Amino acid sequence: MVPVTTTHYLVVAAALFVLGVIGVLTRRNVVVILMSIELILNAVNLNLVAFSRMWGNLHGQVFSIFITVDAAAEAAAGLGILIAFFRNKETVNVDEIDLLKW
Amino acid sequence: MAPVGTPYFFYTLAALALVSGVLVITRRNVVHSALALIVTLLSVAGLYLMLYAPFVAGVQIIVYAGGIMVLFLFVIMLVNIERSSKDRRPVGLGAAVALLALFVFAFTKGKTLFPDRMMSLPESSNTQQIATMLYGDAGQIGPYTFAFEIASLLLLVAILGAVIMTKKKI
Repeated sequence: MVPVTTTHYLVVAAALFVLGVIGVLTRRNVVVILMSIELILNAVNLNLVAFSRMWGNLHGQVFSIFITVDAAAEAAAGLGILIAFFRNKETVNVDEIDLLKW
Repeated sequence: MAPVGTPYFFYTLAALALVSGVLVITRRNVVHSALALIVTLLSVAGLYLMLYAPFVAGVQIIVYAGGIMVLFLFVIMLVNIERSSKDRRPVGLGAAVALLALFVFAFTKGKTLFPDRMMSLPESSNTQQIATMLYGDAGQIGPYTFAFEIASLLLLVAILGAVIMTKKKI
C-alpha cells in the first residue's frame, strides 16, 4: 500500500471542509448550521496539525489549540443568540428569521 | 519505535470521519446530527494521535466532544420542541461533482505537491513543548504567550455575552 503522506491528511481535511460548507449552505435548521461551522473549524485544525507534523515544529499544533478555544467561544455566543431569538419567535428555521428584510 | 499498521488506522479513521460528516449534514433529526458530529470529532482526535499530537487530541476530546457538543445537545433539547419536517433544499449534482473533482486531483497531482520530509522530533514530551511555546521558558515569555492571554480574555467576553443574552431581564 502507498505510505500515508501529508497529502492524505490534507485531502481528508478538505473533504471535511467541503462537507461543512455544504451543511452551512443547504440546511435550514440553525443548530445544524452551527454544527457545520464546527466541522469547518475541525477541518482547518486537521490541516494545521498535518502541516505541523510535516515541518517538525509545534506552531501548527499551538495555533490549532487557539482555534479550538475560539470555536468554543463562538459556539457559546452563537447558541446564546439562538436561544435569545427563539424566545421571541418560536422557530429554528433560518428562512423564517427575516425580521431585518425590507 | 516505528509505527505499525499506519495505513489501516488512517483509512479507518478517515472513512469514519467522512461518513459521520456526511451523516451530520444529511440527517433529518438534529440529535442524530449532533451524535454524528461527536463521532466525527472523536475520529479527528484519532487522526491527531496519528500525527504525533497527543495534547491537541486530548484538548479536542475534552473541549470539543465533551464541552461544545454537550452545549449543543442542551440547546437542541431547549429549542427542538416541534419536529422540523421539511428541512433542506436539494443539494444537487454540484456537490457530488466538486467532491469527485477534489479526489481526482488529489490522487493524480496531489501526491507530488508536498514532500514528505519529516524532521526528527526531540524527545521531550509533546505537552511540555507546547507549554513552553504557550507560557515561555526560563524567565522569558514564549512566542504565543500574548495570544494565550488574549484568548483567555476572549473566553471571558464570550461567557459574559452568553449569560447576558439569555437572561430574561437584563
